[in-house]
Amino acid sequence: MALSSIFDVAGTALTAQSKRLNVVASNLANADSASTSADTAYHAKQVIFQTLNLGSSADKGVKVSAVVDDPSPMHTVYEPNHPLANAEGYVTYPNVNPVEEMVNMISASRSYQNEVDVMNTTKSLLQKTLTLGQ
Amino acid sequence: MNETLDGVFHYYQTAISLRSYRQEVLASNIANADTPGYKARDFDFGSALNTALKQPSASMNAQPGNVSGGLAMTQTGHLPANPALSLSDAGHLPGNPVLDPVGHAMAQASAKLQYRIPSQDSADGNTVDMDVERTQFANNAIHYEANLTLLTGRIKDLIAATTS
Repeated sequence: MALSSIFDVAGTALTAQSKRLNVVASNLANADSASTSADTAYHAKQVIFQTLNLGSSADKGVKVSAVVDDPSPMHTVYEPNHPLANAEGYVTYPNVNPVEEMVNMISASRSYQNEVDVMNTTKSLLQKTLTLGQ
Repeated sequence: MNETLDGVFHYYQTAISLRSYRQEVLASNIANADTPGYKARDFDFGSALNTALKQPSASMNAQPGNVSGGLAMTQTGHLPANPALSLSDAGHLPGNPVLDPVGHAMAQASAKLQYRIPSQDSADGNTVDMDVERTQFANNAIHYEANLTLLTGRIKDLIAATTS
């Protein structure tokens, strides 16, 4: 039954979107993790989505091909009394942009909900098919 | 009701197979809504149905001597599926007729997937418009259900005609 492969397609999308949500959660949790230098500081992470072929030519799932570090520069703040301040008195904060992360979170959550809707529709179609002729 | 039993079911089987194939394509589009560079795909249901219906159905296509696709005999104890019976008369039917591709394979053969033309461009090259995809997905689901309901009606008619 071809309809049941929609569960595989929607399943890969659910996995990918929840990984994206997970990365957003990590970024937001570490938004204020101070550090002495840019090398040791937390770098904001981003997921890279890629199309995943699933057997039939119609079925295209999605996968997270890589989780990469955001290349944008770190925030440095002059706080000489901070215990993690370097010799010049600067503390390095991660390059996490909370506004971007919130937008990313809402987008991931909406896409996740879409996939759940797709699965529910498919489930009801399959159930109707099973009661064919009754 | 001047139709063969095969004729009654063939139309709905084709339509339902194509609807479920289209549902798959649309689900793939929705799954890839956030994938950079993904191009949304769809096919024209009407022309796909026409193409599929022009292919003769399995029972009309069964020709004597045109035998293939049997089970392989892997053990010495296996008996051949078509033993000593030969088709000596034009009216004989083969024991294992050739079946046309049905369901998914049929849908794949007759539906021509095309790329959707986006109404708005996006910077990452993705052409999935979620409004369009969700609308088409719901529309296709309703049509699938309608086909099931109509087919159920035909089956009930046939049952009523054969039991009285």
